[in-house]
Amino acid sequence: MNKINQKDDKKQKNIGFSLYKSLKSFGSSLPVLIGVVLLLGLFHVNVSPQLISSIFRGVFVKDVLLGSVIGSISAGTPITSYIIGAELLKGGVSLFAVTAFIVAWVTVGIIQFPAEAAILGKRFALKRNLISFILSIFVSLATVTLLMAVR
Amino acid sequence: MKNKIKKEKEKRRWNSLYFLGIVIIIYLFLFCLNFENASNSLRASTNILFKLLPVLFLVVFLMGLLNYFLKPKAISKYLGKGSGFRGWILAVLAGIISHGPIYVWYPLLKDLRKQGMRQGLAAVFLYNRAIKIPLLPVLVYYFGIAFTVILLAFTVIASIIEGKIIEMLEC
Repeated sequence: MNKINQKDDKKQKNIGFSLYKSLKSFGSSLPVLIGVVLLLGLFHVNVSPQLISSIFRGVFVKDVLLGSVIGSISAGTPITSYIIGAELLKGGVSLFAVTAFIVAWVTVGIIQFPAEAAILGKRFALKRNLISFILSIFVSLATVTLLMAVR
Repeated sequence: MKNKIKKEKEKRRWNSLYFLGIVIIIYLFLFCLNFENASNSLRASTNILFKLLPVLFLVVFLMGLLNYFLKPKAISKYLGKGSGFRGWILAVLAGIISHGPIYVWYPLLKDLRKQGMRQGLAAVFLYNRAIKIPLLPVLVYYFGIAFTVILLAFTVIASIIEGKIIEMLEC
């Protein structure tokens, strides 16, 4: 056993081998990554910012929850979430809901979930996304409450 | 034991292939139902993929370097069970600094986990990807500086709470 470890250690000292190993490890994750990118393409074309805005109704608790849910389902660069968030604010949606939406957008990933589960384990991915979802509500409440107190 | 690991690896490989298969089937259906929508989606995906390529190269390169310089012993020292306060800070900073979409970092985290990184720290890293330094001016532009500062502080706090909860649930 020790001999094998030593052999591995020697091999690891070679930078080329290290790069090859990382490439191999990455390659095994490639099918899931490509799957996620293909899903993102579908999302980009079929879900418009207007569609997202049209869902909020103005009921506080419901809107905050909705913010988290929609943020969790949505994916893409966070800039998109800022732009949609600003539009929602202009449309009269509360800052609590918008904050929950922005936070969930980056911390909860339903579209990326298959990739996360396949690579890092189903249990880990499930726990992480669930806790992140709940935390997005708390982060929104804490942020906006403190902001109002400061102002 | 080795056989079990091998079987698990094989299972994961097939799971990821099934996932890709299902997505391709969805596309095939969409191509039959609405050709334009499907080809637009495919074009959007290709665009995303091209934007991703530099980050993918960076991640593979970083994984190689980490493999080369960081031995499992060092990883367990800095990010393992006994890493303590330093480990949490390191995970927060690494999450903030890392570029590109979240999912390109999964393989690297998997490698680090295999070498002894704590599960909670992986969660902290992923949570702090919410803070992207290049995007901060945009956040300030839309929501103001006070909102941005408070949100960032609570994001870091929430990430550590999440890491702690995940580790508690692990036991």
